[in-house]
Amino acid sequence: MSFSMARRFGYTDLVIEHFRNPRNIGEMEDADVTAKVGSVACGDLIKLYVKIDDDTKKIEDISFESYGCAANIATSSMMTELVKGKTIEEARRVTYKTIAEALGGLPKVKVHCSVLSRQSLDAAFMKWEARKGLREVDERFVRRILRGVLDPIEGVDIISAKMVEGIRVADGKIEIQLSLEEGTELAKDIEEDIKDAFEGIPLALDVQHRKGTSTG
Amino acid sequence: MLHVEGGLVGGMIYLDNAETTRVDPEVVEVMRLYMLEKYGVPIGEFGSTMEEESSEVLEGAREVIARRINAGPGEIVFTSGGTESNALAIKGVAHSKRHEGTKVVASKIEHLSVLDTLRGLGQGGFDTLLLDVDGEGFVDLEGVRRSVDGARLVSVQHANQEIGTLQDLKAIGEVCEEKDVLFHCDAVQSFTKEPIDVEKMGIHLLSVSSHLIHGPKGVGALFVRKGVHPEPLLLGDDREFGLRAGTPNIPGIAGFAKAVDLVNAETVERMRGLRDQAIDLLLEIEDSKLNGPRGERRLCNNVNVTFRYVEGEAVLMHADLEGLVINTGSACYSERLEVSHVIRAIGGTHEEAHGSIRLSPSKWTTGGEIVSASEILDRVVEKLRKVSPLARARRVST
Repeated sequence: MSFSMARRFGYTDLVIEHFRNPRNIGEMEDADVTAKVGSVACGDLIKLYVKIDDDTKKIEDISFESYGCAANIATSSMMTELVKGKTIEEARRVTYKTIAEALGGLPKVKVHCSVLSRQSLDAAFMKWEARKGLREVDERFVRRILRGVLDPIEGVDIISAKMVEGIRVADGKIEIQLSLEEGTELAKDIEEDIKDAFEGIPLALDVQHRKGTSTG
Repeated sequence: MLHVEGGLVGGMIYLDNAETTRVDPEVVEVMRLYMLEKYGVPIGEFGSTMEEESSEVLEGAREVIARRINAGPGEIVFTSGGTESNALAIKGVAHSKRHEGTKVVASKIEHLSVLDTLRGLGQGGFDTLLLDVDGEGFVDLEGVRRSVDGARLVSVQHANQEIGTLQDLKAIGEVCEEKDVLFHCDAVQSFTKEPIDVEKMGIHLLSVSSHLIHGPKGVGALFVRKGVHPEPLLLGDDREFGLRAGTPNIPGIAGFAKAVDLVNAETVERMRGLRDQAIDLLLEIEDSKLNGPRGERRLCNNVNVTFRYVEGEAVLMHADLEGLVINTGSACYSERLEVSHVIRAIGGTHEEAHGSIRLSPSKWTTGGEIVSASEILDRVVEKLRKVSPLARARRVST
């Protein structure tokens, strides 16, 4: 085409290239661990699939699925490229800034996409470690997984949005108390997202909302 | 001379005419005259030849606009566009009537220039109320009747900017008359494309704009019924009946009037055909849904379809890279990162709003372009669904 692709929609050529031809895309049936972060309501969702070697803790394979904008797809694509073949420890040093810089930068309003793709990696590692008995499923663990669940109104994670009032892990059960009113669309959406985020963790999950305050 | 073939300019298929349009070359010719030769501005009653030429075109343009809506030329105030017209109508009336009451009402699906103006009034101590709409975007008349008691102004648009819903202005006007409330209508999207009669419809103020009908950007007008006195936003002289100070944009106004003259029943009928063709083709794509009504109650050049399991900015971006310009209600595409308030107001989920795509043809759009656009969208949606976890979840469950 005759027009320049540079900086279209405020994106760099590299963002557009990864958006058009995303690397490591699609479902992985034999993944060791999956992580789902973001939400449909935000228009920003990533599902990550990772294969990790038990001994070397190396990322043998990684792929993702995306429901989101061009930046969501491009940052996830770049993130998977950056961590593939690395050990968990090495991969953890890849920050959201590293991902954005590797793409030649992101528009300011799209930096959160880079944060979310990094969050998907963090959630996958934590879940893998929990399943291998290398990490205890405690309140801190739950809190970090919840960082991947977003408040669609503010567009920030539900911990930052102060929606989580209490977390309790006891007797093989995770209890999460939210500040949302029971039965509302928002409460239902977020409960669904939390369930997705904890998928694969072998503990019962109980999400509680505030009882309705409205009369009728 | 610019090479034009159908709506194709520079190799792009442009279907974003509800956002802005390409200026008609005939309009440009008129504007050139008033920029390069007859560049005077009206000053007073006894002006120079140049002043008189500009005065003539200004008053002529007033008549052209007025005739289209069955108003008098003395009721047309030129502004810098739809946003200013809406502000002058709403803020202007609210402030001038403040001593009588502070209630101002609008529908939930108004343009943001209306909703933000209302928000500003709310912060300034006014009592603002937003009316619900039904699943197709129509304002509930009983709701209007119940809620406008004591209001000074009701603002309901003619055609919706995203989903093309055409409100029943006559019915709303009747309720306003019965309740003795002023009725403002934002007709920016529909002006010249759908019939408007401010007399029969009981409208007191009506906003129109030039750049959506192949006229220049930065020009609009507000119809202000005789006897209605909004407080002006801009001061400094007595131009535009004391309602809008500042040197009038003569070339813009001349171009606006020319653009109005160029819209006729035939161009409107053409757009209607293209609209229905596009709707039929796009709904053939699996898991798609039309937003807004069909047929006569829909603006002649609006198409809005939600493709499930995909996000609109990604659709838009792929389409753009393939040479198709469209628009979306997705939050990811908006400066404020806010999802379409219109799709949410008609009961759409966040997903339906993020996946909503608007196509708006013009008089230059061809049937071939509509076919190409739907083929591009079919490909793009399929490509994105292949990588969408939502689409896979659906495949698994069915």
